[in-house]
Amino acid sequence: MTVEQRSSAVMDFDLGDAERDRQLMQRWATRPGILGAIAAVDHKVIARRYIVTAFVFLALGGILALAMRIQLAQPEARFLDADRYNQIFTMHGSNMMFLFAVPVMEAMAVYLVPLMVGTRNIAFPRLNAFSYWIFLAGGLLLWISFALDTAPDVGWFAYVPLSGPEYGAGKRADLWAQMITFTELSALAIAVEIVVTVLKQRAPGMSLDRIPLLVWSMLVMAFLVIMAMPAIMVASSTLIMDRLVGTHFYNPAEGGDALLWQHLFWFFGHPEVYIIFLPAAGMVSTILPTFVQRPVFGYLALVMALIATGILAFGLWVHHMFVVGLPRLGESFFTASSMAIAIPAGIQIFCWLATLWAGRPVFKTPLLFVIGFIVTFVIGGLTGVMVASVPFDTQVHDTYFVVAHFHYVLIGGAVFPLIAAIYYWFPKMTGRMMSEKLGRWAFWLIFVGFHLTFFPMHILGLQGMPRRIYTYQPELPWAGLNLFVSLSSIILAAGFLVFFIDVIRSWSSGKPAGENPWNASTLEWATSSPPPPYNFRSIPVVDGRDPLWSKTDELPVTSGLRTDRRELLITSVVEALPEARESSPQDSIWPFWAAIATSIMLIWSIFSPWAVVWGSIPMAVALIGWFWPKGEAEDES
Amino acid sequence: MRERVVLDVSKLPLHGMGIASPTWWGTCAFMLIEGTGFGLAIAVYLYLMSLAPHWPIDAPPPDLWAGTVLTALLLASVVPNILVSRWAKERNLKRVRLGLVIMSLCGIAPLVLRVFEFPALHVRWDDNAYGSITWILLGLHTTHIVTDLVDTLVLTCLMFSRHGDNTRRYGDVEDNALYWNFVVITWLPIYACLYWVPRL
Repeated sequence: MTVEQRSSAVMDFDLGDAERDRQLMQRWATRPGILGAIAAVDHKVIARRYIVTAFVFLALGGILALAMRIQLAQPEARFLDADRYNQIFTMHGSNMMFLFAVPVMEAMAVYLVPLMVGTRNIAFPRLNAFSYWIFLAGGLLLWISFALDTAPDVGWFAYVPLSGPEYGAGKRADLWAQMITFTELSALAIAVEIVVTVLKQRAPGMSLDRIPLLVWSMLVMAFLVIMAMPAIMVASSTLIMDRLVGTHFYNPAEGGDALLWQHLFWFFGHPEVYIIFLPAAGMVSTILPTFVQRPVFGYLALVMALIATGILAFGLWVHHMFVVGLPRLGESFFTASSMAIAIPAGIQIFCWLATLWAGRPVFKTPLLFVIGFIVTFVIGGLTGVMVASVPFDTQVHDTYFVVAHFHYVLIGGAVFPLIAAIYYWFPKMTGRMMSEKLGRWAFWLIFVGFHLTFFPMHILGLQGMPRRIYTYQPELPWAGLNLFVSLSSIILAAGFLVFFIDVIRSWSSGKPAGENPWNASTLEWATSSPPPPYNFRSIPVVDGRDPLWSKTDELPVTSGLRTDRRELLITSVVEALPEARESSPQDSIWPFWAAIATSIMLIWSIFSPWAVVWGSIPMAVALIGWFWPKGEAEDES
Repeated sequence: MRERVVLDVSKLPLHGMGIASPTWWGTCAFMLIEGTGFGLAIAVYLYLMSLAPHWPIDAPPPDLWAGTVLTALLLASVVPNILVSRWAKERNLKRVRLGLVIMSLCGIAPLVLRVFEFPALHVRWDDNAYGSITWILLGLHTTHIVTDLVDTLVLTCLMFSRHGDNTRRYGDVEDNALYWNFVVITWLPIYACLYWVPRL
């Protein structure tokens, strides 16, 4: 039996534009006040919080990097002691990977994917809200522990036995492991939302071969998260159990194995690199066509490259373990697969170059950062092919050569495209343009500062300077380059400062942007800037890969959705044919309570295994409150 | 931008069932996450086994009866589970209510047997790595039974409430049945690992 549709149901086609906007606004807007803000489930509101929080963590992590550079600027400096330095490099790595890079990429997906596929909210919006609170709690846990001088000091990959019960005294390693649980939980939640949004909520007509490349990249990234993050959750949970209840997973004396940790960590850790890089590649593939005003070259090849990278990402993890003495055959296999991943990367680079070549580039700030990305990422990729070879890796393992390599691929490969993306989508997110003048300053300072800071680290590595040393003796030949690197890092930091100033200034007083300031082709530019809470007055209909370029004056749309409940369209997976009008959940404060209950349980379980038992009761209560129907219009079927 | 209406969707249902339901896809995604977790835990088991000179380490293989009875029970529970799912598809409220009560019992019974399974391992989690991984495998699966049981209990209450007779709820019942099948299927390789691999 179906519950009869209320006779009072209000359909959008019965209303004029103004009245429809008013009713949609009333239905979809986040309520004012602090309680309204806590209960918000609008994907744009959540994503904005996520992005701002992640950039705060970026700034904090950058300050830690500067502290390390001050310490290393001269031999036997006394700015930081060894213990503080250990905490700082661990914090820097963990913070940048788990609290900045992954969350910020996912947050961009949370903001952009629903807009780009033409729907009104992300799938499972309450889970989305929950995810943000969990992420925030994990970040606070790490930074409060740092403020209390009990931050983890075991490196961002927390190798056992250093992090195990024998050597890792106190609660430092547990805090690291539980911060991992927080951030992975939030990342997994977003991954599920993205998969379902992309597969089931695309605008009618947006078949698989018309999905914007950014959305493709976010879909592949979400699958990587789903397949990779359980490994680190297994790893961090077993580590905590070794430390708390005396299991022996990593204790060789009782049949455990220290290398098991490395296998589990890197089975997650290598895909992690692509979890960060693939969204960046998607950003480049989306931004580039706009600034050359022609469709991207090689759409199919680019999609295939994304998927191939995603699959190969799981076959590379052992190249982080070349010096632990694994069988030769295994090492050769992982050398081959590590070099093979250069193929899809190369395909993407050539497609981007062809797009640039065939179009008329307009050198605005986003394109500058994209070109900076291509240059930097290619250099990082080349040193990547170098360290994929076992004999070379054996020489430079744990030296500054590796530090230089991964900063080239992570900053060059992900942060440059991310800043391009901020410049590009800032007008959509805020309704205001960022400054072109400050943007150019930011680009040149960051680009030049970056290369001056990190290129010499290759040489330092070849000269034998190991990673993670808090100081070095004056007899060693490293002082000159280290001073140079430290001074260069000031230029890099100045570039980021200019970028942050530009963001803050433009947010309040930038030039109004209008709907589509770049004349871009994807659906997010078909609505106002910033978009209304319901994203689109009517769900668009798509008949090509670049919907806004095929018809410049009018937008084909659907009608027949209700305005008296939050309603959106469910479409089929392959062809995006309409299947149902589905409701989207209303605002709710329960995800917040569920996150509080989860946080209490997770932090308590650092100290007592019984937390898992007693702590799960409030969690269950919060989840029941979350899911129990409240008799709203959204519950009708 | 000016809008031109090209498609009327007002005749579509207010909620999709099966693969037209986002919840179904969400459930699948969560099963993929947890399936990966189980797969990794089994990989850890086999990895530790490959390192050990003798397996199991310092313990006899686990007693079979509790685990085997539980396996038979889980497999048998698939029958009422599929029936509940079918009744939900037919929107037969009375039978769905009955089926959910039966499935709640099907969730409680294995927990009773689990109480006997842990001692049947003849090893503690803190004895050695073999004990650690067997306890974790068993614990991880127990967590899944408990989670699904709580879910089933809440859903049973919901179906007896005024919110029960709703396509959306029938969809929830189907998804819950899907998840129980997952809990049963994932048990089979774990059962093989825990009880039969040590006897190889």
